[in-house]
Amino acid sequence: MSDSALAGVKVIEYCDMVSGPYCAKLMADLGAEVIKIEKPGTGDEARRRGPFLNDIPHPERSGLFLYLNTSKLGITLNPGTPTGKKIFTGLVKDAHILIEDTTPGTMEQLGLGYEDLKKINPSLIMTSITPYGQTGPYRGYKAYHLNTYHMSGQAYFSYSIPASVKEGQAIKPPVRGGGYVGDYDAGLSAAVATMAALYQQGLSGIGQHIDVSKEDALISLDRVDIGTFANDPEAGSRRHGMLGGLVPCKDGYVVITAPQQHQWEALVKLMGNPEWALGEKTKDEFARSENAPELQPLIEEWMRQHTREEIYHQGQSFSCPIGPVNSAADVWDSPQYQERKFFVEIDHPEAGKLSYPSTSYKLSESPWQASRAAPLLGEHNEEIYCQRLGYTRDDLVRMKAAGVI
Amino acid sequence: MNKHPLDGIRIVDFTWAWAGPYATLMLALLGAEIIKVESARRPDHTRLRSLMSGPTAGSPNSSTVFNDMNLNKLSVTLDLTKPKAIEIIKRLVKTADVVTQNMRPGVMDRLGLGYEALREVKPDIIMLSSSALGATGPERTHVGYAPTFSSISGLAYASGYPDGPPSTLSGAIDTRVATTSAFIILAALNYHQRTGKGQHIDLSSAEAISCLAGDVLMDYTMNRRIVERMGNRDQSMAPHNCYPCRDEGRWVTIAVATEDEWHSLCQVMGNPGWARDSRFSDALSRWQNQVELDNFISEWTRQHTEYEVTEALQKAGVAATPTLSGEMVAKDPYIQQRDIFCEIEHPEFGKRLVVRPPWMFSATPTKTPQSAPLLGQHNQYVLGELLGMTQEEINQLTEEQVVY
Repeated sequence: MSDSALAGVKVIEYCDMVSGPYCAKLMADLGAEVIKIEKPGTGDEARRRGPFLNDIPHPERSGLFLYLNTSKLGITLNPGTPTGKKIFTGLVKDAHILIEDTTPGTMEQLGLGYEDLKKINPSLIMTSITPYGQTGPYRGYKAYHLNTYHMSGQAYFSYSIPASVKEGQAIKPPVRGGGYVGDYDAGLSAAVATMAALYQQGLSGIGQHIDVSKEDALISLDRVDIGTFANDPEAGSRRHGMLGGLVPCKDGYVVITAPQQHQWEALVKLMGNPEWALGEKTKDEFARSENAPELQPLIEEWMRQHTREEIYHQGQSFSCPIGPVNSAADVWDSPQYQERKFFVEIDHPEAGKLSYPSTSYKLSESPWQASRAAPLLGEHNEEIYCQRLGYTRDDLVRMKAAGVI
Repeated sequence: MNKHPLDGIRIVDFTWAWAGPYATLMLALLGAEIIKVESARRPDHTRLRSLMSGPTAGSPNSSTVFNDMNLNKLSVTLDLTKPKAIEIIKRLVKTADVVTQNMRPGVMDRLGLGYEALREVKPDIIMLSSSALGATGPERTHVGYAPTFSSISGLAYASGYPDGPPSTLSGAIDTRVATTSAFIILAALNYHQRTGKGQHIDLSSAEAISCLAGDVLMDYTMNRRIVERMGNRDQSMAPHNCYPCRDEGRWVTIAVATEDEWHSLCQVMGNPGWARDSRFSDALSRWQNQVELDNFISEWTRQHTEYEVTEALQKAGVAATPTLSGEMVAKDPYIQQRDIFCEIEHPEFGKRLVVRPPWMFSATPTKTPQSAPLLGQHNQYVLGELLGMTQEEINQLTEEQVVY
């Protein structure tokens, strides 16, 4: 039988875009059976978001959707109809986990709130992922990735002072993280909580509702910086920190983090032991931090004369924590990523064979595996409705006509 | 007494810095007992410094960074260069469910604490080894911190302004790696619950961040396109930016995805004439002319505070929120009403506010945060109570600097 970590775990996903789908994907790729419920007709909003294969918009060819929904079964269902509601509760009755991302109050209005569902399935874990949680002043607020990211303070925290912020005064607004990183964060955080609840469910049969706020997830990630301001409102946004950081080089950028003595010595060795790096001004961490404004340009001058590859490999050979800023192409070409088979090929009926990012963890007993490509819209309607729930094909036709599926 | 989700789980934790400790912090707040192994020779270096704020003055017990990353944990000090310490650790691992470590690949093996050695004393142990680039491959010995991971991963390249440098983001890169670690440890614990089997997990920090840029990487694998930096703008949505507000250095973040949202935005702005201009008549033309569009919207936002704009637009169903700095987050009503902070009492620096766990469980709550351990604070508990050593034995080991 399957050696998947989560084999036998049944998950219902009722989510759009990134956070909820990523949460469920993490489980699906470890062997959980995830049934993804999409809106009849249109499906997950991510199907209408790029990148599209060959730049041709098509609901089955969105790279965002394809990546976030591997290993799942997909059905269409409108739980707002009486039959749809009945089917929804039937699916939940048999599940360990329900992940949903509707605006607070929506599930209750449908008669599918946690209090309703726990009557059907007392050990159900219901994970609700929303921008600002089930309680609090912003519970009803609408927010996209841009909004939640910028409300968390994260855009202001950076090792390298962005061009946009000078001496604590913004001239250009601070900038969000690339892609949908803050939305992935919420999905990942929700997956941690859900796995912990699953562990408890396995021990004691306890079910529960988990309130996951994207905002809380982001704030918790930057707990040290946020904590600094909570305790000291006068703390400046920027401190000297350490030497190095993000530095332009001959063909792009590298990032240097060498606070400890042996790391600093490795950096000096990399730069060929220049005289300026050997004196009193660099004798210890305190001196280097204090003299950073004077020393930083000298480091940058050296880096500008060398390439990312040279700096990375030579620096790392001296154990200096230094890295190149890689584009997507550089990631693809990385011998390290290739050797670890980070990209895996998955065949999809509409999008064909494509390479997908896989995972960062290699498990010795229960390995990660994308068991199938993302579902086509309603691909598993027949399997779920007819084979499992006992509806006939004629029923499917009628349910489709009635807007149920 | 409330049950916590992970009551009864014990983790022997060799991690340091941020990416390891935040993983075990989450597990601690979920109820697991975390025994952090350090020594005076090799304390967690966040006791001594931070990349953001530089070196810490004072004792290894006075770092607030260390505190915030190590709440609710226990500390035992054992010098891993001493054979006797290795034997003690093996006895401890025998009582544990999970071992976590983030040393450079190979170091734990050389210490005699590799997965194979630990599996001999505890066949079903779960061991997480987290490193910069993973335990296999030509770059397995490379080292790094948060900005190294975000740079190698491809995410930093895609973050920032088009005409500016990339952004390596913040220390949250480490905590993202940590969240990934916590997830996979929990998945392995669930597998163990079902099958009785332990296992080794090899985690690459850079890859963990690459996974969070899946769509950016997919554009390359599908179309051989490198996604370039686009500031606060979006591939298809417009308006989608941070707009200046009445007070200098204040911004409001507005994002519009649908025609309905666009019309609501126009209405809240008082249906200005420019909004009917053909340059802004549909989503595509708004996207194509977004520089002008942003200028017009800025004229309006400049007359208001970020909270006024937010309230008015949210009422109309448009996604708008203030752009907050760390200082402003700490003052926002959200923080107050969601009880984001709780107060702990630390023996060296007294009262301190820390960020609470990020989830609300209805049945098995997270633990109330408590201060991080002083270096070696729980030697007595671990050696005496858990391993059954006599006071004499502990004193002897202390004298030999095995306990150190």
